[in-house]
Amino acid sequence: MTTRAGAGTRQCQTIAGDEDVVRVRQLVRAHAVAAKLSLVDQTKLVTAASELARNTLVHGGGGEASIETIDPAAGNGPRLGVRIVFSDKGPGIADVDLAMTDGYTSGVGLGLGLGGARRLVDEFELDTAPGSGTTVSVTKWAR
Amino acid sequence: MDRVPILKIGEVLLVSIQVDMQDQMAMRLQTDLGERIVETGCRGVIIDITGLDIVDSFVGRTLSTIASISRVLDAETIVVGMRPAVAITLVELGLSLNGIRTAMNVERGMQLLSVGPPAPEPVAVDDSDGFPRTLYAVARTAYAENGQAKQQPT
Repeated sequence: MTTRAGAGTRQCQTIAGDEDVVRVRQLVRAHAVAAKLSLVDQTKLVTAASELARNTLVHGGGGEASIETIDPAAGNGPRLGVRIVFSDKGPGIADVDLAMTDGYTSGVGLGLGLGGARRLVDEFELDTAPGSGTTVSVTKWAR
Repeated sequence: MDRVPILKIGEVLLVSIQVDMQDQMAMRLQTDLGERIVETGCRGVIIDITGLDIVDSFVGRTLSTIASISRVLDAETIVVGMRPAVAITLVELGLSLNGIRTAMNVERGMQLLSVGPPAPEPVAVDDSDGFPRTLYAVARTAYAENGQAKQQPT
């Protein structure tokens, strides 16, 4: 990777295939290191990103991920951390509570994607409606 | 597309995953392993995941499926080399690697496959002069069974 993730940087990655899920994981790892997350927290965030990127691909029909290092020195947040926003223009989620339930799956997965990802991060926001796509925003703060 | 190499070492198939796998690659490994088990008649499969930074639900499910397929084909699967951070994350994610045996490293995995779990040492009991040696034997048996020394009444 030629561009090094640094404080306050933001990168976008299109999610259109399997290989893009791998790229999202690598970008998130670089940002997590830049934000000085512990190894366990890096692992949790990268795992959550992997689940959500696959959701974007499989259920949203593709979309994009925006990854940002948050740094008070760069003036874009209160403390060091990483925020990732996944967005797609897919069918959206009709029953959010049901989708968040462990074990619920609309198809191929284990049904751990959304609920599992929420447990691995510090902040989790889901914005969706039937027919208008899905946006998931997750944040992990450095301790 | 890239493949994960499968090596045959004696009666064991060894798979060492060294790259960040795409989903397709994991699916391919599943198919390839099934074929190699039948082809070689191996009774054990060791999957080394030392090289994996993360195990998400897809990879976790693939490992479980591989273990199930192997079992049906009369081979046992042992996953070795999981990093501590990966283990912590897996538990929090809610993924229990169903039906998968794990070991610290390839060497211990090989031991598990060749000798199975260690049996408690047989204890010779000499009753000829009675009391102390017998008690010692009882204590050793209890130790072997419970993993702790049995308190002797004073």
